[in-house]
Amino acid sequence: MTGTPLLEVRDLVVHHGQLRALDSISLRVYPGEVYAIIGANGAGKSTLLRTIAGLHRPSFGTILLDGLFLTYLRPERRAIAGVAMVPEGRRLFGSLTVEENLKVGATYARPGPWNIDAVYQLFDWMPARRSQRAAQLSGGEQQMVALGRSLVANPKVLLLDELSLGLAPVVVHRIYAMLPQILETGLTVLLVEQDVSQAQRVATHIHCLLEGRTTLEGRPSDVTAEQIEAAYFGLAGTAGALPPSDATGQPGGGSESTWPG
Amino acid sequence: MAWVNAIIEGVLTGGLYALFACGLSLMFGVMKVVNLAHGDLAVVAGYVAIGIITVTHVPVLWSFLIVIPVMAVIGYVLQRTVIQAALDRSVLTTLLVTFGLSVVIENGLLQFFTANSRGIGTGLALVTGAFNIGSQIQIAYLLVTIFAVAVAVLLGMQYFLSASKYGRLIRAVADDKEAAQLSGADYRHVFGIAAALAFATVALAGIAYGMYSQLAPTTGTDTILLLAFAAVVIGGLGSLWGTLIGGIVLGVAQQIGAQINITDEALAGYLVFLAILVVRPQGIISRRAGS
Repeated sequence: MTGTPLLEVRDLVVHHGQLRALDSISLRVYPGEVYAIIGANGAGKSTLLRTIAGLHRPSFGTILLDGLFLTYLRPERRAIAGVAMVPEGRRLFGSLTVEENLKVGATYARPGPWNIDAVYQLFDWMPARRSQRAAQLSGGEQQMVALGRSLVANPKVLLLDELSLGLAPVVVHRIYAMLPQILETGLTVLLVEQDVSQAQRVATHIHCLLEGRTTLEGRPSDVTAEQIEAAYFGLAGTAGALPPSDATGQPGGGSESTWPG
Repeated sequence: MAWVNAIIEGVLTGGLYALFACGLSLMFGVMKVVNLAHGDLAVVAGYVAIGIITVTHVPVLWSFLIVIPVMAVIGYVLQRTVIQAALDRSVLTTLLVTFGLSVVIENGLLQFFTANSRGIGTGLALVTGAFNIGSQIQIAYLLVTIFAVAVAVLLGMQYFLSASKYGRLIRAVADDKEAAQLSGADYRHVFGIAAALAFATVALAGIAYGMYSQLAPTTGTDTILLLAFAAVVIGGLGSLWGTLIGGIVLGVAQQIGAQINITDEALAGYLVFLAILVVRPQGIISRRAGS
């Protein structure tokens, strides 16, 4: 893809204490893209998203949104600059009603097509239950409210952290079915997904992480299932048909030694 | 009839205790800060009111209009500086820091105002007057007024928390401050606003106690803070209306104790406090602030 990226991450390194959770990750998300980060548990997917949102401090690297340096901004400043995140586990305000959750999301909103009424149109069950406390909703309903809370902020880029976590497949399918309608309004999406087939269906770009490193990157149509499998599990020698964008090269012996069996 | 009188007085005193307690409860509910300087700050507010009245000769009630906003500003500033710095380390540090604040304030007051106790508006008809119902029941104007103010404060706080933009943000931040940040809310600023609100009620508490009784530099810890704690625990931690219920239970228990033997007044209150801690440690109402 050409043009200037909307969101750019350069050589990002993040530590959790002694552990190097992300090792020199770079990515470019272009306007209108659905950029999917895939990988196994502990690959650093959520850490990457949380670092972009400002909840973790990077040890090294740069995060740019539309030319604006986000790297040292607090999370709330990034939100106002146009980064919205649906965090893992929904993280709704449990004692607030559905509508109050949306109102909090809209408090510091940028101008744009989304408002509470637009969210109510997208999720038609919501208006009838606007006065219900968020804690009383089912997991799937909470996920939709969390999505709505991020949409009403009219972000430039929407970060979705494991939408499918803990939800029934039919509910996950229903939420992902909403994605085209959301993208119509010009949003750009960066999502983290453990369910690879789900990610392949919706994404325009796939980026696979393994133990904090990039192992595969490319358009879903350009990578084979075998390549993804190899990159996902770190099977030595077969991973990474497309070279990763950073200079770390293929995860050869390093990942072999940490892969049991 | 003496018993009816005692119970009425106990209920009305509960309003005063609710004023003591609601700021403490709000700060715990939102920031998880147990403000050990709570009572001393109330005493400071009372002394400031006395100072304003002495120096400027404004009518007693006018001085409140100055003291309350001044305390609210002090609350915001203290929260954004000292208390937030402590919170950034750990919740336990806030205990140490507010305890230190309490010691500093108490000794500062001793230094500048001596240990003599002072009252507020001692000559006012509002403070000294009472009315009778029948021939035996006598009710002080001041207690009725304080009770009405307490109810008004709680109603106002509830309305602010449920209907205003910042009230909503305060509840959101109390639920999940990280999620609130992701929505663009600076939780430190929201904490500051909650502290300003709490300190405004602290100012009212100090003034009310100065009119009801006398203020001395040690009143903050030995009376106001203790009674505020008791009311909060009896009513339910973090519950706004629980502070009124807790205050009333405490007030009635004290008056009943005083009826049995005048020296048992304080003891009876704290026995009920202990009993609640044993039987129902979550308090009579166990709900979150503002919910």
